[in-house]
Amino acid sequence: MSDIEIEIDGKPLKAKPNSMVIQVADEAGIYIPRFCYHKELSVAANCRMCLVEMEKSPKAVPACATPIMPGMKIFTRSPKALAAQKAVMEFLLINHPLDCPICDQGGECELQDLSLGYGSANSYFTFGKRSVADEDIGPLIETEMTRCIQCTRCVRFGDEIAGLRELGATGRGEHMEIGTYVQHAIHSEVSGNIIDLCPVGALTSKPFRYTARAWELNQFPSIAPHDCLGTNIHVHTRTGKVMRVVSRENKETNGTWIADRERYSYLGLYHGDRLTKPMIREHGVWKDTDWQTALEFAVKGLQDVIHQDGAEQVGALATPNSTTEEFFLLQKIMRQLGSSNIDHRLRQIDFSDQDSFSLFPELEVPIADLENCSTFLLVGSNLQKEQPLAAISVRKATLKGASVFAVNMMDYRFNFKVADKKIAAPHEFVFALSGIAKAFLPELSELSDVLVTEQDRLIAERLRAGEKTVILLGALALNHPQAALIRWLAHHIAKASHGAFGILTEGGNASGAWLSGAVPHRAAGGDSLQQAGMDAQTMLQQARQAYLLLNVEPEFDCANPRMTIEALEAAKFVVSLSVFKSPALERFANVILPVGPFTETAGTLVNAAGQWQSFRGVANAYEESRPAWKVLRVMGNLFHLQGFDYESAEEVLQELKLLLKQSPAHAKEFKGTKVKKPGNFLSRIGEIPIYAIDGLTRRAEALQATQSIIEGDLAAVRVHSKTVEELGLRSLDVAKVQQNGCEIRLPVIIDDRVPLRAAYIAGGIKATQDLGELLGPVEISV
Amino acid sequence: MTKTSCTVLSARVRSEIDHWMLRYPPERKRSAVMEALRLAQNENGGSLTESVMDAVADYLEMPKIAVYEVASFYTMYNLSPVGQHVINVCTNISCMLSDSEKVLEHLKERLGIGLNETTADGKFTLREVECLAACANAPVAQVGKKYYENLTPEKLDALLDELG
Repeated sequence: MSDIEIEIDGKPLKAKPNSMVIQVADEAGIYIPRFCYHKELSVAANCRMCLVEMEKSPKAVPACATPIMPGMKIFTRSPKALAAQKAVMEFLLINHPLDCPICDQGGECELQDLSLGYGSANSYFTFGKRSVADEDIGPLIETEMTRCIQCTRCVRFGDEIAGLRELGATGRGEHMEIGTYVQHAIHSEVSGNIIDLCPVGALTSKPFRYTARAWELNQFPSIAPHDCLGTNIHVHTRTGKVMRVVSRENKETNGTWIADRERYSYLGLYHGDRLTKPMIREHGVWKDTDWQTALEFAVKGLQDVIHQDGAEQVGALATPNSTTEEFFLLQKIMRQLGSSNIDHRLRQIDFSDQDSFSLFPELEVPIADLENCSTFLLVGSNLQKEQPLAAISVRKATLKGASVFAVNMMDYRFNFKVADKKIAAPHEFVFALSGIAKAFLPELSELSDVLVTEQDRLIAERLRAGEKTVILLGALALNHPQAALIRWLAHHIAKASHGAFGILTEGGNASGAWLSGAVPHRAAGGDSLQQAGMDAQTMLQQARQAYLLLNVEPEFDCANPRMTIEALEAAKFVVSLSVFKSPALERFANVILPVGPFTETAGTLVNAAGQWQSFRGVANAYEESRPAWKVLRVMGNLFHLQGFDYESAEEVLQELKLLLKQSPAHAKEFKGTKVKKPGNFLSRIGEIPIYAIDGLTRRAEALQATQSIIEGDLAAVRVHSKTVEELGLRSLDVAKVQQNGCEIRLPVIIDDRVPLRAAYIAGGIKATQDLGELLGPVEISV
Repeated sequence: MTKTSCTVLSARVRSEIDHWMLRYPPERKRSAVMEALRLAQNENGGSLTESVMDAVADYLEMPKIAVYEVASFYTMYNLSPVGQHVINVCTNISCMLSDSEKVLEHLKERLGIGLNETTADGKFTLREVECLAACANAPVAQVGKKYYENLTPEKLDALLDELG
């Protein structure tokens, strides 16, 4: 259909049919006041603030719910429109408390702003104002429901975007209230968005409450390092200190929303564990020192090991949340020292196919395009918890008719509908996935032992028929002991269904790590190395004499916490660049260098789709901590290495970009091996819970409190009711959990989402830090 | 089904809800919520509890809060326990002009309770309602499902004796 011509305030405009007046006005930069309308939500038209005059209409009409018509003439500032808007404002203010001076929304409140323009100084209302009792809806959101003007944006957000309707409008007329009606803490992992959506101070950030006023804050754009989409955020600071984080729109990555993990991880920034000064350990005693001494001590310690044992005795591990610049400099130091033992894939254990990757483990669909895909296959992915915003995109797609299939190790409840699923214990997982692969490719000799069920055939049929199919691999697939085989199968399924293949990596910058050479087998820029170094697993199994760590907390961040700690404790010399201190770190390290988190350094993150996003340091350095790239640069100088004269993080990035200009084309060619029938034993599902993925989120107290509400008690073994019987256990028994010779005791919880022959024992948390492999065999007994 | 709805709602109520669900497309089965709540309320002695509403939500596969919204919107769903007979006295304009105040006063006195209260023996609950659409025979009260019209104190006494 061709565009429709209308006129707003005398300005001739063209717009698509079915647009609403407010959309056309917004595009043309003509502001119409509104409270309930939001471009990402359905039209409710219940606040009436956007009333405008329409030619030939006796009454004012709501601009948000009036579709445009040819020749329509709208007046947004005519006496009739203004009178209508002022009358609505008067009604809205009848019950609104005059508590702006003590309201957190004050200064950034849509009602306050609009009442300045449309409100009257006097009120005719002489009766008592209505008040509404507050509800406690969890540790993240503070409610002050007397201030609510019932725009229902929060209700519609839960219903339409988050896919979890937790708030509603109960009662009617004068007695209508927005709330949960019963005692209920919000469970959605994107709940914080309703704070941004609330036009008044009814829903505000609980941790931020009463800590700063809006006009005292400086706003800086930044990128959150917790998901692989590269969520865009605004960081608000006061006198150089981060006070809060709010969403920043970017259609290419996160869209309009951000997840609670990105919004509240800042709460960990100034945790008591923050390191304040460089520290060295001499004769078993820790002492604070200055940077010069600490760096010289670190460099000398590493040099001693290199002289005595050789450079290959040094290993470097970095968190996948590090910036690209940090990765680049770390690998540059390591490689110039003569060692390629560097890795960021801390929780992975199967690297046998690492040469089959293209430049980085990419998502073959643009992130913004996920919502337009027709068919999804999730492989080992708790998408909603791992990448909450990707789950919102998938949900959007399902609302448009897309089907989602899942092959998972646990029967997760998603915020989108799953058309069909296969749930299998970790050691049976490959076999389960092979069924679908074989339905596509019966001739593959590697799959000769695999049986194809009717369900496999049906899933394969639907994947093949999908107009735009995408196979998404999640963290559990990547951390699996047979990850290479899973990738091979999934890639085959993707090719056979003419779909896209996508790996959703852990951490915020796994792509950046691959591109900048923070992998043992590829140089910065992606060239394959003649002599590959040791991967994260090998350099711990064949323990090195010295380690250089970048923000690694081995008891939580590694595939096998126990083995990692043992290797580090046995090493002669360990240098750790770290934001936080921990008892484990003080046990195994010899030098601890305090570095800044993402808010205190410039850097670049590359998301799963390969989009580069740079950000600047937005807050002051905490005490004596320094940006890690600067620390690494100075270490390079102290080692007398070549080309460490960078003046800025941009120069580091330029050097990498030059290298990438001549990067080779690696064919994505995964290799398969024979798929064998699984054995009969119990294996551990060592998932990393949503707010335990990295050091910063683990120290954000409000997120930790939320995690125990939404995930239940994680210091437990979750097993299927049948497994409980087989093991001779009862619910809430304290069971003995044994793995690789270590033993801990955990209470038993019955959870029928767990398949047979499996036990869910989360990783990344204190209670399980003494266990071994995340997805390995486990023994449970009374 | 391991659903809570099966333990809270009786088989009879569930089969009646099923009957109402047939009137709507399967993906819109939540449209049966009002009938489901009515049936559940009848079975639960005239009022709804949180667990009954949750069971309805569970049975119709809809968010719990959406059921609370419906139940709290309509006055004919009782969210707290009521007596055996609920007396709804209309005090809207026609009834008011026909001395509904007196009707109300008489009931309060005779039952010894105020508005929205239940007698100690659990027999009667007294409520004030808006127009019952029987203005021609004002004043009017609704007791249970029946209308009583042209009310006078004597008629009320007779009615209460009969019910009590």
